[in-house]
Amino acid sequence: MKSKLLGSWEIKKTNSSSAMKKFGISVSSIVLGLLFAGLFVLITGKDPLKLYSEIFQSSVGSVYGLTETLVEMIPLALCSLGVSLAFRMQLWNIGAEGQFYMGAFGAAYFALFFSYLPILILLPLMMIAGFICGGLWALIPAIPKAFWNVNETISSLLLNYVAYFWMAYLVYGPWKDPKGNNFPLTKQFSESATIPVFGNTRISYAIFLVLIIAIAMFILIKYSKWGYEISVSGSSRKAADYAGMSYVKNVLKVMFLSGAIAGIAGMAEVSGVLHRLQQTISPGYGYTAILIALLARLNPFSILLVSFMMGGLLVGGFSLQTSGFPSSMVSMFQGSILFFVLAGEVFNNYRLVRKKV
Amino acid sequence: MDLNYIIAILAAGVVAGTPILYASLGEVITERAGILNLGVEGMMLVGAVSAFYVGTFTENKWLGLLVALIAGGLMALIHAVITISFRSSQVASGLALTIFGTGLSAYLGRSLVGIPPTSTFKAVAIPGLSQIPVIGKILFNQDIMVYLSVILVAILWFVFYKTKVGLLLRAVGENPSAVDALGHNIFFIRYAAVIVGGMLAGAGGAYLSLAYSPSWIENMSAGRGWIAVALVIFAVWDPRRALLGAWLFGVIASLGLHLQALGVMIPSNFLQMLPYVFTFVVLVITTRETKNRRSGTPAALGIPYSREER
Repeated sequence: MKSKLLGSWEIKKTNSSSAMKKFGISVSSIVLGLLFAGLFVLITGKDPLKLYSEIFQSSVGSVYGLTETLVEMIPLALCSLGVSLAFRMQLWNIGAEGQFYMGAFGAAYFALFFSYLPILILLPLMMIAGFICGGLWALIPAIPKAFWNVNETISSLLLNYVAYFWMAYLVYGPWKDPKGNNFPLTKQFSESATIPVFGNTRISYAIFLVLIIAIAMFILIKYSKWGYEISVSGSSRKAADYAGMSYVKNVLKVMFLSGAIAGIAGMAEVSGVLHRLQQTISPGYGYTAILIALLARLNPFSILLVSFMMGGLLVGGFSLQTSGFPSSMVSMFQGSILFFVLAGEVFNNYRLVRKKV
Repeated sequence: MDLNYIIAILAAGVVAGTPILYASLGEVITERAGILNLGVEGMMLVGAVSAFYVGTFTENKWLGLLVALIAGGLMALIHAVITISFRSSQVASGLALTIFGTGLSAYLGRSLVGIPPTSTFKAVAIPGLSQIPVIGKILFNQDIMVYLSVILVAILWFVFYKTKVGLLLRAVGENPSAVDALGHNIFFIRYAAVIVGGMLAGAGGAYLSLAYSPSWIENMSAGRGWIAVALVIFAVWDPRRALLGAWLFGVIASLGLHLQALGVMIPSNFLQMLPYVFTFVVLVITTRETKNRRSGTPAALGIPYSREER
C-alpha cells in the first residue's frame, strides 16, 4: 500500500499474531472506543468520566450490581453463542432479537396453558418449545439464503420487527391477563413454569445452561466433524463443495441451531426473570449479542467474559436513567468499541514496519 | 371505498416512501462504488435527531436539513475509514454504525422528546400541475423535500448513465483494479461515494423528524434504514427503480394505517408487520430474478480494495 500519509512507514502483511498481542489490541480497542464515545458526551457539556464511573459503580461496584450483571449476562451470552455459530459459517444472522422473542413465545405457550404440569416436565417442555420456535424463526431467512442466496443479513433483521409486533399482538390481545387491569401483560407464570433462582438474587439456574452450551459449542467447533465443515464452508464455499459438504444443508442446520439457542435465551428470560410475557422483553439482547460475538472473536469462552462486561454496561445503563439519560445510550458505547475492534483487526493481520531506504 | 379515499392513501404513500427513497438513493451510490453500508438505520437516526434539534432551535428547517446532511456524512466517514482504509469487514462495520447511531441519537435527543417543532416542511401545491385530476393531488400537492427527491432521482440517473463521473463510479464497483490502472484514485472515489450516501441517509432522517412526523422519538426510523437497504436490491442499483420501490413500499405502509381507520377486522399489529413482511418477500423475489439475469449487482461489492493484492 503506497500512501503519502504513512511517510517512511509501510504496512506488511503478517499471518501470525501472538495471543498476547491480540489481547493487547482488544484492550486498547475497548479503551479507545470508550474515549471516542466519551468525546460526544464531552461536547454536549457532560463529564464522560463521571458517566463511566457511575456505570462502573452501579454494575460491578456492589454485590447487588454484580448479581444484576450476572442476570443480564445470561441472555447476552446465550444469544451471542447462538449468533457466533452462524458467524463461523459467515452467515450474518442478525435476527437473534426476533428469535429470542419467538423462543419466549413458544415457552410462554406451555407456561400459560399447561401450568398444571409438574416443574420437571413443564420446564423441559418450555425449553424444547423455545428451542424449536427460535430455530424455526431463523429458518425463515435461512431457506432463501440456502437456495437462492438471498441476503440473510437484511432478511433476518426484518423479521425482528415481525416478531416484536407478534408479541405485541399476544399481550394486547388474546393472551392479555383478564385480571390485569388492562395492562398489556400475560398472567404470571405458575411456580412450575419458573426457573428457580439463587437465594435472594434474581440470578436463575439458567446460568448453568449458559455454561453447558458454551462447553458444548467449544467441543462442537473444536473436535467434531460438523464443526470442521462449518468453518470450511465459512471460509470458502468452493472448498466445501469440492470436499462434498452440502452447503445448503449446512446453512439450514447452522441457522436453525443458531436461532434455537437464541430461542432458549428467550425461554430463560421469561421463565427465569420476567415470569410473564410483556410487550418488551429485551433491551436489545439480540443486537448486543452481535457485538459480543465479534469482540470475543467467536470463541465460546471469551463470549462468556465479554457477555459479563456487556451485562455490566447494560446494568450501568439502566442506572443512568435515574440521572436523566436514556438507557439505550449504552449502544453508543458498544458501537464505538466495535469501530475500534474492527479497525484494530488490521494490526492483527498487518504490521507497521519502517521502510528500508 | 371512493376515489378520494384512494387518492388520500396514494398521496400518503408518497410521503411515507420519501424518507426511504432518500436513504435508498444514498445506498445505491455507496454500493455502486463497491461498498456495502449497513449503517443506514443509524445514519438516519442521527440525521433525524440533528435535523430536529437544529431545525427547532433555529426555527429554520433548511438549516436543520443541512446539519442532517453533515451529520449523516460524518457518520458515513467512520464507515469509510474502517472499511476503505483499514479494509475491515463491511458488514460488521455497518452493524457497528447502526448500533452506534441508535445510541448516539438517543443520547443527543434525550431532551427533545415531547418538544413541539417550530419549523417543518409543509405541503406546497404546484400551481397548475396540482389541478390535474387524481395525479395532481397525489404528486403535486406535497412538500418540497418530496419534489427534491424526485429531482434527485433524475439527476442521479443522468449522472450514472450519461456522465464520465457516473461511469467511473460504476467502474469502481465493478472492476476497481482496472480503474486504478487508468490512474484514478480508488480510495478517493469510494470515500466520496460513502460520504454522499451517508448524507442522503441523513436527509431521509431529516424528512422523518421535520416532515413525516415532526418530532423526535427515540428509534423513530423503526427499521426504515433496513428497508432502504433491501430496496436497493429491488432497485437493481437503478435510481428510477428505487423511486418505484420506495413509493410502492410507502403505499403498502399507508394502506395498513388506513385499513385500520376503515375498521377492517385485522388486528392492528398485523398491519404494522405488513411493511416488513412485504420487504422480506420483495427481497426474496428480486434476488432470485437478479440471479437469473446475472446483472445488476456491482461485481466488487463488499470486497476491500488493496493495491498490493490486485
